[in-house]
Amino acid sequence: MSASKPRNSGLAAGLAVALAASVIGPALAAESDPDATINIGSLYEPQNLDNTAGAGQGINEAFNGNVYEALFRLTDAGTVEPSLAKDTKVSEDGLTYTFALQPGVTFHSGAPLTSKDVKFSIERVTAEASKSSRKNSLKTIASVETPDDATVVVKLASRSISLPYNLSYVWIANDEATDFQAKEDGTGPYALQEWRRGSSLAIARFDKYWGEKPKNGEVVFQYFTEATALNNALLTGSVDIITSVQSPDSLAQFKDNPEFTVSEGQSTTKLLLAYNDRVAPFDNVKVRKALARAIDDGKLLKAVWGDYGTLIGSFVPPTDAWYADLTKVDAYDPESAKALLKEAGYPDGFTFTIDTPNYDPHPIAAQFIQSELAKIGVKVQINVITANEWYTKVYKAHDFQATLQEHVNHRDIVFYGNPDFYWGYNNPKVIDLIKQAESSGTEAEQAEKLKEANTIIAEDAASNWFYLYPQIVVSKASVNGYPLNGLNSQFFAYGITKAE
Amino acid sequence: MLSVVIAAVILFVLLRLLPGDPANALVSVGADAAQIEAARKQVGSDLPLYEQFLRFAGSLARFDLGNSFVSSAPVLDEIGKRLIVTVPLTLMAFVFSVAISVPLGILSVVRQNRWYGALISVVSQLGIAVPVFWIGILLVTVFAVNLRLFPSGGFPSRGWQAPGAAFQALVLPVVTITVVMSASLIRYVRSATQDVLGSDYLRTARALGATFSHALIRHGIRNGAVPVISVLGIELASTLLGAVVVERVFALPGLGSMLLLGIEQRDYPNVQGVLFVSTLLVLLVGFAADLIQRSIDPRLRSRGVGGGA
Repeated sequence: MSASKPRNSGLAAGLAVALAASVIGPALAAESDPDATINIGSLYEPQNLDNTAGAGQGINEAFNGNVYEALFRLTDAGTVEPSLAKDTKVSEDGLTYTFALQPGVTFHSGAPLTSKDVKFSIERVTAEASKSSRKNSLKTIASVETPDDATVVVKLASRSISLPYNLSYVWIANDEATDFQAKEDGTGPYALQEWRRGSSLAIARFDKYWGEKPKNGEVVFQYFTEATALNNALLTGSVDIITSVQSPDSLAQFKDNPEFTVSEGQSTTKLLLAYNDRVAPFDNVKVRKALARAIDDGKLLKAVWGDYGTLIGSFVPPTDAWYADLTKVDAYDPESAKALLKEAGYPDGFTFTIDTPNYDPHPIAAQFIQSELAKIGVKVQINVITANEWYTKVYKAHDFQATLQEHVNHRDIVFYGNPDFYWGYNNPKVIDLIKQAESSGTEAEQAEKLKEANTIIAEDAASNWFYLYPQIVVSKASVNGYPLNGLNSQFFAYGITKAE
Repeated sequence: MLSVVIAAVILFVLLRLLPGDPANALVSVGADAAQIEAARKQVGSDLPLYEQFLRFAGSLARFDLGNSFVSSAPVLDEIGKRLIVTVPLTLMAFVFSVAISVPLGILSVVRQNRWYGALISVVSQLGIAVPVFWIGILLVTVFAVNLRLFPSGGFPSRGWQAPGAAFQALVLPVVTITVVMSASLIRYVRSATQDVLGSDYLRTARALGATFSHALIRHGIRNGAVPVISVLGIELASTLLGAVVVERVFALPGLGSMLLLGIEQRDYPNVQGVLFVSTLLVLLVGFAADLIQRSIDPRLRSRGVGGGA
């Protein structure tokens, strides 16, 4: 910092004449402070610190890649890279994976990383008592062996092309750790410093980190329950970055202000109207297609997000290799919707209830759908429920006709291959394609199979997909190097720099 | 004691009447039926209601508030961390409100014919009519966003270890509560003062030669204080939990926001813990108000403990 001062003060002096005094601060700070504290504002406080125990998306944001690492890392661009697995060998039949571990890795407690920790960590997710939502995608793992401290051998019951991807969210923790919900013992570039529930979570640079050192000294996630309070915190300088802006209205105050940078990345969050495909009238493809044609998705997106967001004709975002533009399938066409309803045996329409989560944007979307469907004679009743109630009524008991929901995860098209899933879509062709895709020999083959499955669910109007949320990050102009895409809600903090 | 037991039973029943399941906070989309059952087993929501009640009553009798279902943190520790935000917030606002409302309340009666006497009445009526969150948002817009004098919300991650920042974080919330609390207290002080002014003893004191201000200070305040103190007790107790709105506007990690989140997640131990502790606090404040009233008014001392006005 001191070495750069003479050069910069000359610049600042020049600016001081031309500009208001408040500009001098940022102008002086052309160099970033390697020990800076980065304050990140977020609406997603984790419920606990264990990503296998319902901690919510907030724990991925704060911990994934920052505090915990996995054998692989899902980069912000969506590719899968080696992380704690230095080298990977796959047997000819695709059933045996041999991982050589990165040498010289230590946990935050000081213990060295060994293959036993990896085995322990994988088995924590696949265990009988595991509540991890990812457990099912790892059930092909037959055994985890540890021939020596630096080698892990994973044997599969059937081929799994997504194994490296799936292992990217299996956090490697010290096998001697006991409390995962309130403490951590990972290998990441930061260690947990203090978690003040309801307020903030601080992580500090871990000096014995094996890889490249973070470009800042400390990261504090500040949690808010209200978007307005969060925006005010950025406006007043108490946070440096907002990880994901939740409404376009608030963007106006940042957009034309040179003190802030507004960036738009790709998200994986989809808004959809899921029908209960098991029950009448939604067991009838024609009814589902009619409803899809009766709702103007573009108008809804505009109403909620203004000029942001992306229309999708199916469950797959454009960032996936198996994306196809399916927005033309059952595009907005109220006249043909009416004709289809007649064909399906409902010339006078029918009445159904949408279970609507009580938080944004669901209530607005439900009202929009209600008015759109009224035009083709279909009456919608809106039943507002809490997130907690949704799990009991819709997710578990399947006691619903239709529901609005946002699905956050990356690569979750596999849910359409599970007939027991809450929406009850059951097409043997799709189930088979999704299974085949997983046992593909190459990624090209996997993409081809999933693309076919994706096209079929769109043709079947299995659900009604409206749009992909935008992922908007706003920061102070002096802050750089943060990820933009927020895949699976992760937010790598180690590259963030702040000029002081 | 009986009131605590009754409160506990009502609490238990009301929480279970809410639709949903505490286990839902532990699973996410993608979990299968077996995993949901495992979560229910972990939090005990798979047990019959009477068994859940026995467990609840048993641990309450041992003063064990248990651990949160969702975060697994001990409830009592968490409440302690929240109280160090909520208690200073409430007490500061309370002290300021009393300091403002007692003199202004008296003035508004004694000087009701002057312009400021009328102004106090009008402003206090306005203060009661305006919702507390609106005042909070207004203060944030003016003093945080525009003037940049105070933070717009949040509490420092190091808490009271950073006392300057912690105090700064509480300035606007304290002002917000003070405005609302003073407005309603002024009305009580005002009506108590009016009662006093019309009383026989004040007339007698004047007749015996005391000046108006001497009579008011010597006899009036002491008498008028008795009903005001019981109102103060109620105000203080209700603000401890009622601060939730202000905590939300200013993103403060207080007791009220813990209760709100607990209800959202059906985190029974947290909700029960907060309500139990706040019931105790309310009883404590009531008891303190009672003691103070006794020390002021000798007529109350002959009554039994707890039977006060």
